[in-house]
Amino acid sequence: MQEEDIYSELSSIRSLMERSAKFISLSGMSGIMAGIYALIGAFLGYKLVYGNSYDLDYRNNYVNDSEVLAKLFIIAAIVLICSLLTGVWLTIREAHKKGETAWNPVSRRLLISLSIPLITGGLFILILLLRGNYSIVAPACLIFYGLALISGSHYTLSAVKWLGCCEIILGLFAALFPGYGIIFWTLGFGILHIIYGSLMHFKYNQ
Amino acid sequence: MKILEQFDKAFENRLRLQIMSVLVANAHYDFNALKELLNATDGNLASHLKALEKEEYITVNKTFIGRKPNTQYSASATGRNAFKKHLEALENLIKQQKS
Repeated sequence: MQEEDIYSELSSIRSLMERSAKFISLSGMSGIMAGIYALIGAFLGYKLVYGNSYDLDYRNNYVNDSEVLAKLFIIAAIVLICSLLTGVWLTIREAHKKGETAWNPVSRRLLISLSIPLITGGLFILILLLRGNYSIVAPACLIFYGLALISGSHYTLSAVKWLGCCEIILGLFAALFPGYGIIFWTLGFGILHIIYGSLMHFKYNQ
Repeated sequence: MKILEQFDKAFENRLRLQIMSVLVANAHYDFNALKELLNATDGNLASHLKALEKEEYITVNKTFIGRKPNTQYSASATGRNAFKKHLEALENLIKQQKS
């Protein structure tokens, strides 16, 4: 056996082990798009709550108007659905480009480990909303999302773990300063996603 | 050459080594997923899995999902050891050729 043969054999084994255990067809672009949707959503939400005044003061009084709350809820739901659809579409496209299928045992495991914290968090937040506990919604979104990313990161790029850590830290800060909920929410879902997405895009698409 | 004796006969075939790599990296893997990942044909994959099973390098767990049979494979402790030894032998061969 020639030396090059052994090298290529060893590296093909390594890549096979990685490919079989990690789903790496996540596209950085979907992170960027999710961030942009979140920024648009946050902007619309901000306008809705604060009107046209542009001062980001600490808020002691929370939103209580049920009509405004319903609108905020709809905006959040639209942002979530758009992000998910774009993410799924770009992932399937990316997988096809690599000649893989998007639906395989690894992506299934990734999906399961992501959804357990996400669905728990989603239901928890709905319960909080129903009980009129609005101030904890922004931190809970960030914290549960961060936990979901960390639990999913075992089956995908390890950078996802760091994104998750940042989301959790932001979530804890948001819990400390509930009046600035929308700012932390925008940072976590908007800015962080765009930064992460661009890093991934330039790292893997060039 | 002495190092060649350290190579595992069971891993002489490329597909068998590939199957083992996947099973070492994962707790378990099913037949269809292996087939897709390794681009192998049914018969080829089945015969090499059989050979690894005979060596007791892998364990087989047959279940049904609904009416469809689902066969899960996982690496045994013996198999993991043999795989590690085989890789070490490969590395040793490189080292020896360098010196």
